[in-house]
Formats: sequence, C-alpha cells, structure tokens
Amino acid sequence: MLPPTSDRQPSEAKAWAARLPKEFQQWFASRGWQPRAHQLALVDHAARGGSVLLVAPTGGGKTLAGFLPSLVDLAGRPKRSRKSALHTLYISPLKALAVDVARNLDTPIAEMDLSVTVETRTGDTPTARRQRQRHTPPDILLTTPEQLSLLVAHPRAPQMFESLKTVVLDELHALTNSKRGDLLALGLARLSTLAPAHRRVGLSATVKDPAPLQRFLVPQPMTGEALSALVIAQGGARPQIDISTSDSYVPWAGHLARHAMLDVMAAIHTAKTALVFVNTRSQAERTFQELWAINDANLPIALHHGSLAPEQRRKVEAAMAKGSLRAVVCTSTLDLGIDWGAVDKVICIGAPKGAARLVQRIGRANHRLDEPSAALLVPANRFEVLECTAARDAVLAGELDGDRLKAGGLDVLAQHILGTACAAPFDAAALFAEVRSAAPYAHLTQSDFDAVVNFVATGGYALKSYDRYARLRKNEQGLYRLAHPRIAQEYRLNAGVIVEDPMVDIKLQSRGKPTGSGGRRLGQLEEYFIEQLSPGDTFVFSGQVLRFEGLRETGAFVTKSSDPSAEIPSYNGGKFPLSTFLAQRVREMVSNPHDWHKLPEPVQEWLKIQEWRSVIPQPGQLLVETFPRGNRQYLVCYPFEGRLAHQTLGMLLTRRLERGRYKPLGFVANEYALAVWAARDMRDADMDALFDEDMLGDDLDSWLADSNLYKRTFRNCAIIAGLIQRKFPGKEKTGRQVTFSSDLIYDVLREHEPDHVLLRATYADAGTGLLDIARLGDMLARVKKRIVRRSLDRVSPLAVPALLEIAREMVAGEADEAILRENEDALIRDAMRVD
Amino acid sequence: MRCVLTEPFSGDVLISVNGETLLLDACGAAFSPAHSTLIFSDLHFEKGSSYARGRQFLPPYDTTNTLLRMARAIDRHKPARVIALGDSFHDAQAADRLGAEERGMLEAMGKGATFVWITGNHDPHPPAWLGGEIAETYQMGGLTFRHEPLAAFQPGEVAGHLHPCASVAKWGRSVRRRCFVSDGLRLILPSFGAYTGGLDVGETAIASLFAGPFHAYMLGNSRVYAIPRRVAV
Repeated sequence: MLPPTSDRQPSEAKAWAARLPKEFQQWFASRGWQPRAHQLALVDHAARGGSVLLVAPTGGGKTLAGFLPSLVDLAGRPKRSRKSALHTLYISPLKALAVDVARNLDTPIAEMDLSVTVETRTGDTPTARRQRQRHTPPDILLTTPEQLSLLVAHPRAPQMFESLKTVVLDELHALTNSKRGDLLALGLARLSTLAPAHRRVGLSATVKDPAPLQRFLVPQPMTGEALSALVIAQGGARPQIDISTSDSYVPWAGHLARHAMLDVMAAIHTAKTALVFVNTRSQAERTFQELWAINDANLPIALHHGSLAPEQRRKVEAAMAKGSLRAVVCTSTLDLGIDWGAVDKVICIGAPKGAARLVQRIGRANHRLDEPSAALLVPANRFEVLECTAARDAVLAGELDGDRLKAGGLDVLAQHILGTACAAPFDAAALFAEVRSAAPYAHLTQSDFDAVVNFVATGGYALKSYDRYARLRKNEQGLYRLAHPRIAQEYRLNAGVIVEDPMVDIKLQSRGKPTGSGGRRLGQLEEYFIEQLSPGDTFVFSGQVLRFEGLRETGAFVTKSSDPSAEIPSYNGGKFPLSTFLAQRVREMVSNPHDWHKLPEPVQEWLKIQEWRSVIPQPGQLLVETFPRGNRQYLVCYPFEGRLAHQTLGMLLTRRLERGRYKPLGFVANEYALAVWAARDMRDADMDALFDEDMLGDDLDSWLADSNLYKRTFRNCAIIAGLIQRKFPGKEKTGRQVTFSSDLIYDVLREHEPDHVLLRATYADAGTGLLDIARLGDMLARVKKRIVRRSLDRVSPLAVPALLEIAREMVAGEADEAILRENEDALIRDAMRVD
Repeated sequence: MRCVLTEPFSGDVLISVNGETLLLDACGAAFSPAHSTLIFSDLHFEKGSSYARGRQFLPPYDTTNTLLRMARAIDRHKPARVIALGDSFHDAQAADRLGAEERGMLEAMGKGATFVWITGNHDPHPPAWLGGEIAETYQMGGLTFRHEPLAAFQPGEVAGHLHPCASVAKWGRSVRRRCFVSDGLRLILPSFGAYTGGLDVGETAIASLFAGPFHAYMLGNSRVYAIPRRVAV
C-alpha cells in the first residue's frame, strides 16, 4: 500500500474528502496527501452498501482504497460496546501479499490511534492462533482463497462470519477464471448464506473487460445476470518501453537472447534495481549464468524461481526488500507480489505472450502512479521481434487481451461439496441454489450437480456401487451428512486446487561419494525432466552446471560439473501460450508490409524474401507450405495460436496424413508454426479436408485416449475432486506414487464408464488447459476455405525457425554443435537465396 | 515439443529360462508351449473396492478389467493349465466382495483349464471354491513357481511379487511400462492386475536378484521389447 498522494484532484474529490471522519482528514494532511478520487468513491459506495469493483493501474493506492471504508466504519464504532467480531475479510492470491498488506495497514492504524485489530491467516500461521481466530477473530483478517474454503468448511463458520461486513478481494484479475477462482467463488457463495448483508470490494489491475469480474463479485440471480458497481481510476503515466534490437544480427531461433546480454547488462548498470523477467525456469538459469559471465563490475545479481528451495527464495526477497540487489533474474513467480519501491526498471527477455501480462510486469517497476515505468523488451529471435513490437504497440494504445471465460470446474465443486458437509449437514436443493449464485457456476445444470453429489457420496459409478462405504449419507431430515468424522480430517489435509507436477528433490553430493548418500537439497525439478536424464548428463540448475548421477527413492543425486558449457535442454515451454489477441496483432503486422519499417533490418529482409519466394498470408488466411529437404518432405503451416494448440493440431494432422498414406514421421510445434515431416510428398494433399474442423471429433477422441497431457489433466481433476488423496492423516503419498496410479485409474474408467463425471471434468479442462482444444477449434473455423497453399522447391524463410527447432531438439551436447551450426547456415542460405 | 511416430509391428518374444522355452505375451502373461501352461502374476482382484473401504472410490471395474484381459489371453493360447503366481486377491475379504458376474467369469475359466493358485502375501488362504490346486510352490519341468523370489540363487525360479517396471528415454520423452525381468536362469513376471503399480528394475529389490546382466522385457501395445540392463556396480 502506497501513498495516494497527488497535488491536483478534481474539486468534487475535495468535497468528498470533507466527508471523511476528522481523524482521517488529519492523517492524510499530516502525510501531505490528499485522498484520490477513486478512494473516496469507494467510501461513498460503502455508505450505500453495494459491492464494487475498482480497476486501477499499479501505484494507484488501490489497497488503501479497499480498506478505507472498513477503517472508517471501524473507527466510528462506540468504544464500549466492542466484542470480538470479524468485520472485514481480505483475500489475496499470495500469502506473502497478505502479510505485506497487514504490515502496511499498521501504519495508518497506529498513526490515527485506531483500536482496530489486524491479523493474517495462512498455511504458515501456528495452529493455536488459527484455533483462537475462529473463536476470537480480529476486526480485519487477511488470508488466501484456500484458507477461506477451510474456514467455511468448519462447524464454527456460522458464528465466525455472522458479523462480517466487508470482503476485500485483491488482485481479483489474477484469481478469477481459474480453479482457484472457482474455489473462491464457491467460498464466497457460502459467505452470502452465512452473512447475507456483507458487501464485497474487488481490486483489479486494468483489464480489457471488467464485466466478468463485476459478475464474480455479486450473487447471480437464477435468471439473467447481476453486476457490481464499477469504479475506474485514472490511468497512470504512459510507460516508456524500449525494444532491444540489433540492426546487424537477429537470431533465427532459440529463446536465450545470448546476443543481447551486453544490452541487458548495460540496462542493469543504468538502473537502481532491475527485475529481469524470463518465461521459463531453465531460461532463468541460463540468463543468470550468461549475466554473471559478463558481470565484470561484480554487481549483486540474484536468481529467483519456483523450483529453488524456499529458504533460498526468502533470502533473495529479503535482500531485495533491503535494496541490496541490483538485479533479480526471475520467472512469473514475481509477476505479482509485494511492492519493492526501489525497482525502477523491468527487463523482459523473450516473448511477452500477452499485452496484459506485459502491463503487469512493467507495473512491477516504479510503484508511483505519476512517474512512467521503464521497460526494456529483449526479443530472442525473429518471431519474438514481431511479438515484442506488437505487444508494445498494444500496451501504448491501451489495448489488452481478454480471456476465454471458462465454466466452473466440476472437480472443484466436488471438493466444495465435501467441505460443506464437513461444516454441517446440507440440503441438496439449497446447496444447488447457493452454488448457482456463484458466477462461474451460474449455468450449472441440476443433473451435473446431482452427479457431483453422487460422486462425493459414493464415487457415482453407474454399473456398480460403493454404497456401503459412503462418505455422505442422508440423515432423517433428508440432509447429507458426513458418514464418519474422520472424513473432515481427510478433507482438511487434501483441500486446495493447486496440483503440482510430481517433483523430485535435487541433492548435491560431493564427487566420489556413492550415489544416494547424504547430499544437500538444492530444490526440486519436475519428475518428467529427471526421467529423461542418463547418469553423466549435465544440466543447469540453481545457477550452476550439475552432473546427473542417478535417481533414488530419496531424490535425484547430482555433483558439480567441471564442464561449464554442457547442456540438456529442458523441453518445458512457457506456462503461458501466446494470447489470442497478441497473435492477431502479430498476424496483422506480418500481413501489412507498410508496418515493416518498424522492424530491424534483418527482420524486414526476412519478410521481403518470404514475400518473394512464397507468400505473406493475409489476415484470416492460413499459409501451408510444402517442400522437400534432404530425403524428407515437409509441410509447414503458420497458425500463430501458441505451442499448446499447435501440439494438439500436430497430433491430429499426423493421424490424418497417416490415413492418407503420406507416411508422416514426426512433427515439431512452436508458438507460431507447426512443421510435419513425412516420407511422401504432401503437395497434392487436400488441405481443406486435412484442416477440416471435423478432426476435433473422432480423431481427437482416439488420440486423447493415449495422450500423456490428457492423463495429466485427469490426474489434476482426480486429485482436486478427491478421488485420489494426496495426504492421509499421518502419512503422505508422494506425487510420484500418485501419477502412476492415476494413469491406471484413467485407463479403467475410460474403458468401462466413459461418461463418468470426472472424465467430463477432464474434457472440459482440456478445452482451455494443456491441450487448448477450444482455441484450435476457433482457428480451424476461422481458416475454413481460406487456406493458402504453396508448393515450393526448397525451404521458405518463414519455415526456418521451425526447422531449426527440429535440429535443436534432436541434437544435444557440445560435440554436435559444429554439425548443428553448419546445418543452420546451410538451411538459412537455402531459404534466403534469391534465385 | 516433438513426437516421432513408429511403425507398429507385432511378434512373439521367446526366451529360455533354465532350458525351458517361454513365450512372453504383450499382455503380461507368459506361456509355456511345451507344458501348455499360461502364467499370470499379481492379479490383485478387488484392489479397487479395498481402497473404497478407506473411502477412496476408485472405479469399481478393476476386477472385471483384469478378468477380461485374462480371458482374452486364455483364448489366444488355449492352455491346459493356468498358474496364478500369488497375490491373486488383494486382501483376505476380496473374494467375498466379488460380484456375481465376476465370480461367474472365474468359474467359467476354471472349466476350460486346470488352475494352480500359488499363495502370496496378500492371499495366504485363497477361497476353496476357486477349484484347482492351491500351493505355496509348484514344479513343472525345469521351472519352480513361487510368489516371492528367493534371495538365495535358484535356477528355474519363476516368481512375481515385485511388480517390475522399466523406463526408456529417447528424443526427450520417456516411456515407462511393466516388464518381465530375466537373465535366462530366473524370471520375474510383471503384475497383471488393472490397478497394480510398479517398482523400477533398477531398484535394489529387483537388481540384487541378478548376479550378471539381465533383460527387461517391456510390454508394448502388441509386442514385448527386450531392453538390456546391467547391474549397477
């Protein structure tokens, strides 16, 4: 929370300011501040008692705005009649943010000498305090969505929340439209029943369309929709966004931006403190290494990502808060979070992926509304130059990408239903009405709700029943009650919707020691990455090159490697695909030669030769090129729909090509293109039929049956819904054990009851999640009858990045680099040859 | 990310264990043509309902699924004798929880072939109504069948219990499958039950059974793939 200061405010704001209690007016004055218009607007809305969404850019004094009405109300209570009663509940996506906000609230409370108690409640809060909070709650409680669902699942929830006046939802844009958002929405629906008069305040960064957030804030009626009020704060200063491009060299592929590290270092030198954002953990590791290799001035530069041991991350955060670091290389772990006043430059390496994401990251610099944030975008390859340019143009034009709205997950609903029964026996009809009042579940059908209740009670299987082991049973009043008190304990242990990939501890041991003995824990890596390694392979982690020695029950054992350059590439792409909105802008920029002058010389030349050799696709068209290379035949298309959708498209296309007897051999997908190679020439293939939407029918179904990504999606649903329990009282099952058994369950369920509610939940997830089927469907509909095909005698310029990716993924190790480089040169020569 | 398609092809893998020829079926059963005997291991009937008792409602179709796959293998090889290598039932009450249909399927199989039920740690006392023979060990030519392999070396031992699995990594993808494990002198069968997990062949419990090099015969979709393994020194 930061000063809401500003010298000039609209005069009406002054009139409102006079309505603040005197002690508040004096406090603002003592700090030399004036309340901002939007802060006063929120006080005004509170007086009228309605829920409201505040949309404000970073640095707008949003958090104080959210709390101001509560503080005013609490300060006005008669002093004598006080008993311990919860007044305001604050929910943030990050527990660190909740802790930080608590600290910031202390200042006005202490300086105005208000008798207001503030406490946090997170997973780290000691059990004794958590118990006490239920009986003697503070005036203001700051917590997370997970803690809210645990609180409403407790038998004392009615007493705890009966006095509740206000719920403040911070960073709401980051919470909605996800499983955590579903969980939060269901928890809020419960609060509406327990404290019908309470109001909600949503705080959000700038979004393209605030309506979904306004719906999220208020109970939805059985028909139609309800919206909260909306307050939009004045925009901040226009950010200063530079793109680092060299006119002499722009790489064809890769994501590391090695060529630009001197630029990055120079930018760090001119900043007080810089955040260096990258898209993946392995990129963070590599960038950190590259920077230290040229860090002649020995600047304090640190590394921060989600796989590092928590104590290591805390250390970096503490050093950052003290202002003793000049730069932190980080991933999306620092997209949100506490304010670091000293950050005055944000450097984004690689593709921005989306305009809203870029705005969020840029906003991490300079939490002062009136000063421009400074950002440097560093594209790592030619396509990323296009993407960075499109993203900068969008941000400066104030245009943002919107999300595809998803319906509330049935797996999350299952967890919530069990939680509801843990608090007290429930009436199914009343609960259905309550759930439907939560915006993500406004269109939930009675039959889906019943199926989920049955699933929670007995597994909900059609052909055989587990009635005698039921978790929920109907009591004499027809209410569903827990069959055994221990179920509540199991629920509490397994609550939450964040499912981690199975992780393996990375343990560093001294060289020469037998593998598996001792070892210091460096952090964790995804199991699937470790499984690809053979003993002797080296990879970069925790800022050092490590040699893999072996996987044991207790973890993956590594030693320090003396070889500074060896590398096993990580195939983990970014978590976030290129946004639909940004993809659209990139396609438009490519299709319009008048826009190309904005681009660096090598990129212009690349597009011009593409135009001459093949064709530049127009908006709405899909270009499909075929050409031979070596003894293979290639088909390359350019949907620009992100790696996930391309991956799914590749799986489905190769099935069709196989049926067409083209003998496809493999494919590679990146964010922009898909390349398939085959033994037979594909030029005469019927492209309209090949790319027809009907591939999303049977082909998709039969592929899904075996897809690993789909099985991972199922595993997440099964864990969230409580089919598989992560933890049992007294012992914990590791992620590794869970994975294997969930695949077995999936196979059996799919064969014997393909319509089971959990498989339907999985299919719904796959539409927007790891497989991006919905987006692929939109693309296929868009390009129908608009496929432009070019049969070429050799590789086209636009195809080079995708083909290089093939080479990169097949060749690993330093010894092969020379061969690879020669291939790369030959490939580029052939593509760019003007004859 | 990248995917390479391979041509599917099928074929039987024949191995020799202590001089006896065995055919390794991709479903996870072994067949002895000379003795017309089909061998399954670790069927773990009613593992699903065993979890349901602890209120984890796994799909209740695992026994049916296991029986259907058994029936298909029996149909393929038409054996005179079927040996189940122990842990056929997941727990002592599992047989009582079988549905009528599943019990019927079991009885029908018993009519076409003579069953030998080796006892395991999960089912020291299989129900008498199963028919056939119930034994701790069973001798057939050069082979000795028992549930849990003995640490002391014994040529011709065919056992289960360990649920072996192996993984291979290539092109940035790793495939993990159930597998047979043999060095030509002894054989460990993969578990056959639908919900049975696995132990990596590199783990001491399996690797320590072999003094020299051995093979993991991984289960593919229509054939078995032999992967050489060396004992870690």
